[in-house]
Amino acid sequence: MTPLTDIGLLAERYDLVVVGAGPAGLSAAARAAELGLSVLLVDENPAPGGQIYRAITTTPVKDRAILGEDYWRGADIVGRFERAKASYAAGCTVWALGSDEAQPELFELGLSLGGKARMIAASQVILATGAQERPFPIPGWTLPGVMTAGAAQIALKGSGIVPAGRTVIAGCGPLLYLLASQLAAAGAEIVAVLDTTPKRNWSKALAAFPEFLRSPYLAKGLKLMAQTRRKLRFVSGVTGLAAKGEGALASATVERGGASETIACDTLLLHQGVIPGINLSSAAGCEHLFDSEQHCWVPRLDSWFASSVPGIAIAGDGAGIGGAESAALRGEVAAFDAARRLGRLTRDERDRQAAPIRAGLERTLRGRRFLDLLYKPALQFLAPKDETIVCRCEEVTAGQIRDTARRLGVTGPNQMKAFLRCGMGPCQGRLCGPTVVELISEVRGTSPAETGYYRLRPPVKPVTLAELAALPQTDGSVKAVVR
Amino acid sequence: MFRPMRDVASAAALNFTFDGRALQGRVGDTVAAALLANGITTCRETPVSGAPRAPYCLMGICFDCLVVIDGVGNRQGCLVPLTDGMAIETQHGRRHVEEVEA
Repeated sequence: MTPLTDIGLLAERYDLVVVGAGPAGLSAAARAAELGLSVLLVDENPAPGGQIYRAITTTPVKDRAILGEDYWRGADIVGRFERAKASYAAGCTVWALGSDEAQPELFELGLSLGGKARMIAASQVILATGAQERPFPIPGWTLPGVMTAGAAQIALKGSGIVPAGRTVIAGCGPLLYLLASQLAAAGAEIVAVLDTTPKRNWSKALAAFPEFLRSPYLAKGLKLMAQTRRKLRFVSGVTGLAAKGEGALASATVERGGASETIACDTLLLHQGVIPGINLSSAAGCEHLFDSEQHCWVPRLDSWFASSVPGIAIAGDGAGIGGAESAALRGEVAAFDAARRLGRLTRDERDRQAAPIRAGLERTLRGRRFLDLLYKPALQFLAPKDETIVCRCEEVTAGQIRDTARRLGVTGPNQMKAFLRCGMGPCQGRLCGPTVVELISEVRGTSPAETGYYRLRPPVKPVTLAELAALPQTDGSVKAVVR
Repeated sequence: MFRPMRDVASAAALNFTFDGRALQGRVGDTVAAALLANGITTCRETPVSGAPRAPYCLMGICFDCLVVIDGVGNRQGCLVPLTDGMAIETQHGRRHVEEVEA
């Protein structure tokens, strides 16, 4: 692996550009390089690993038991990539991806590194941009002191720091237990774990339970749950939650079984599962569908993770949530297909070489459906109470969105943007999009699939005017403005 | 607010300032992590209502950790590695265009 620390060192063109250095991107880049492709892996973080293996090469956490063996497995994935003949640009943001106007058989990517922008070309692109935590809008979630549970995990892995005072963890999903156990092991004072899993989910999930019995996650999950429940105050059946405080978090108000309880705390960590990050793939023109079981938008992909745009594949959790192990395997499958598209492998060779990876992939995804059905968030945490801020950037409340949908007959999130500016702040709808869709659907009695999602356009990450102005001018761009 | 855990590998110290206050971080910290580790709970005020905000996702998607770094505003603190001598400031509300002298 060759690290590239200056944007001037990047080549004009690569066979394959992989975006994102989590398990999917690292494995895709390594496999593609092993197959002889010229590969660039770009990632906006300072070090490889993505979120799941964040800081795997740099973490100051010494006691391996704290983050667990599943975390340390990331070292092998990074190690394989380091041995591969690929280029790697850390701290490099991809803000645009589209077809190259001058050479339609190529893609053009807009990149920024160290305050300088550059356009480069790629024959094939694999997006391994992963997942984000599903927005968990509750009253007061914008107060300092409220963070996502994933954020606390990132702080722990990256810097070896833990919340300093009384900490409450709230939400649902398998990662909630993992995080609670990691933080407790690291010495955080966890005063309560609030479980918002709706009890009625069990009846739906039970149908998928036989398959889950064969899941590699079952034994691990049960052990983790038992440990967490034994060591920490565990409150199940939570139906309402609000963060309270003046200028900073002071307490969490919990509703449960018709009663209300206030828990004084300094940190509140929220988590209700993860969903694919779709901003870059949407802006690149890839088609997306609403997956009703995972309750999120996912790109439309074939069995090789190829998107609706020929030449762009989407691997890892960005393809639909499957977890870290499946992400690495999906990356490899996508890399085999990229080599086939470039003529380096025949269809038969691709199929033969990818067969064992595919078998492994099937195993890692076994039982996933049970988790999806069991941990589907309750409606009141998807479409929150009126006073809740939904768009954190533009400070638009659920009440304003409901009211505007009702009175002005707004049919979708793009129209809502025009009226309320929701989704127009710097996060570009990442933290409000799913909720805005949910609220409009609620008012209109439509499904999220019918309501649609924000239309996303490049730049998908901020790029300064100075960076854009310093880009070399093409003949086409000069002709467009000079008369 | 965050604190270091008991048993962490040692790392070289980095000096930086936040709104003029001299603070220390560690090699490997991002700007946002260094602020949290120093007990700083608010890093910006929103452009709409001026409400205080703190880092929320630490993974580059929420834009609540926006700060001014060495005079450049709207930097995502969670994605910028801390370096020695950095001058970090609270980002107050919306950015203003400096007056251009005639």
